[in-house]
Amino acid sequence: MQLYLPIAEVSVNIFLILGLGGLVGVLSGMFGVGGGFLITPLLFLAGIPPAVAVATSTNQIVASSFSALLGHLRRRTVDMTMGAVLLAGGLVGSGLGMAVFNWLRARGQVDLLVELSYVIFLGTVGAMMLVESLNALLKSRRPGARPKRRKHYWVHALPLKMKFRVSGLYISAIPPLLVGLSVGVLAAIMGVGGGFVMVPAMIYLLGMPTKVVIGTSLFQIIFVTAFTTMLHAVTNQTVDIALALLLIAGGVIGAQLGTRIGARMKAEQLRILLALLVLAVCGQLALGLVLRPAELYEIQSVAPS
Amino acid sequence: MIRLALLLVAIALPGHMARAEEIVLGLSRDQVAITATFDGSDILIFGAVHREAPPPVNADPLEVIVTVAGPPETAIVRHKERRAGIWINADAVRIEGAPSFYAVATTAPLGEVLSITEDLRLAVSISRAIRAAGNRAFETANHVAALVRIRKAQDVYRLQEGGVDLDRETLFRTSLALPADLVAGNYTTRIFLTRGGKVIDSYETVIGVRKVGVERWLYDFSREQAALYGLLSLALAIAAGWAASAAFTGWRR
Repeated sequence: MQLYLPIAEVSVNIFLILGLGGLVGVLSGMFGVGGGFLITPLLFLAGIPPAVAVATSTNQIVASSFSALLGHLRRRTVDMTMGAVLLAGGLVGSGLGMAVFNWLRARGQVDLLVELSYVIFLGTVGAMMLVESLNALLKSRRPGARPKRRKHYWVHALPLKMKFRVSGLYISAIPPLLVGLSVGVLAAIMGVGGGFVMVPAMIYLLGMPTKVVIGTSLFQIIFVTAFTTMLHAVTNQTVDIALALLLIAGGVIGAQLGTRIGARMKAEQLRILLALLVLAVCGQLALGLVLRPAELYEIQSVAPS
Repeated sequence: MIRLALLLVAIALPGHMARAEEIVLGLSRDQVAITATFDGSDILIFGAVHREAPPPVNADPLEVIVTVAGPPETAIVRHKERRAGIWINADAVRIEGAPSFYAVATTAPLGEVLSITEDLRLAVSISRAIRAAGNRAFETANHVAALVRIRKAQDVYRLQEGGVDLDRETLFRTSLALPADLVAGNYTTRIFLTRGGKVIDSYETVIGVRKVGVERWLYDFSREQAALYGLLSLALAIAAGWAASAAFTGWRR
């Protein structure tokens, strides 16, 4: 069954788009990532123009993240205080990131920077998570192993201490603000919600429990992507509401399934899967940079001047 | 008085052969409506050659060329090169006025039915139609060639030699399959009659492609009330997220 999309100006298969939305929804619910780094390339493959794909996927992420967040709220696995602090840093960060993005665009080569930063960040984050979670899984299998005591990082020595009740933390507000800030910068440059950077940062830098991390990440992703959607709708007019609705319909259902799958899995297993997923996307992007492309030219259509 | 009239006719109809044979055109439809379920459209372009006198004896055979051009747009063509082991965009060329869709159908190979000078003058072939918009052909030759190659592969630039049927040098017809991912706008349709590579008559008309119904309403809404449109998108997203969550909770109980 075909549907002609009013803004994208292409005709797509309804079930293909529903399926894509569903797949990304499952991942979103399981790992607390928005899935922007996954849905956008998939939409390119489905023949949607890049500008519309980027803008519309942010709108879809709002829906699937909100659906998943409600599931987490019921289980009380959202640290609102932490989310608010991260978001405060994140909004400042997106402002900075947007400035960096425009500066780079004026010099050309924005695509390259985006792809390189994807490869570097996804590669580093994925490899670190994989090693750590495999270690944790092996240790937990060994009989008689004692759970490790929570480490004291340098972050615990900073001023401005706040109580994060749900996470069970009493730490300075400066590290979460900095994490939010740097993720905000990345999100603006790379055009994603930043969940795949945020989640590991919360686990390894802030020492938050994995189960709380996901809900909290979703909480702040909703605000960041809602902001981005408005920006795209107003400045570029590239949000395709028909495409978004299809993706959303698939995505919200997928997100509910994902939350349930996630709740039944061990934290280590979840982290291993997320690490593998992140590494797979990184590998695919890295190959694209290194291998000779089949077509050396590419066309970008713009409105007649 | 009669002499003056003859003179006027001679000025109005340049070329001695002109208008001895004229095109009378019909279209199966001159409006294409893009609805939500739009999945491409077939248009039949047909017509006849009108003659006051019998066709010239010993003349070259009559040939017909039909071109359909979508709304012009600006295309940025980027070229990748390998630098320090990775493929990056090395140079880019803006090509102005490249049609989003361009189809040429002829009764015989284009090189035989149209001389190079006529092609230069009227911009009929695909590469001429792009270069006609004042693009510096010399500097952009590789990029224009790439644009044509990629769009031919996407089937939005087409050359159908032998795609026009001509019956007894009088009746001609061709069928045009418009793709599903059609850009709305005016599709300029041109028909040329040629003999020995020279154009003896031409005719131009427009096929209007318009979005209708919900498609049109949403498109206009997104352009005219962008902020409201954005808020509506967000509201729908939040509502859908909530509805799914509520539905699943209810279903589990």
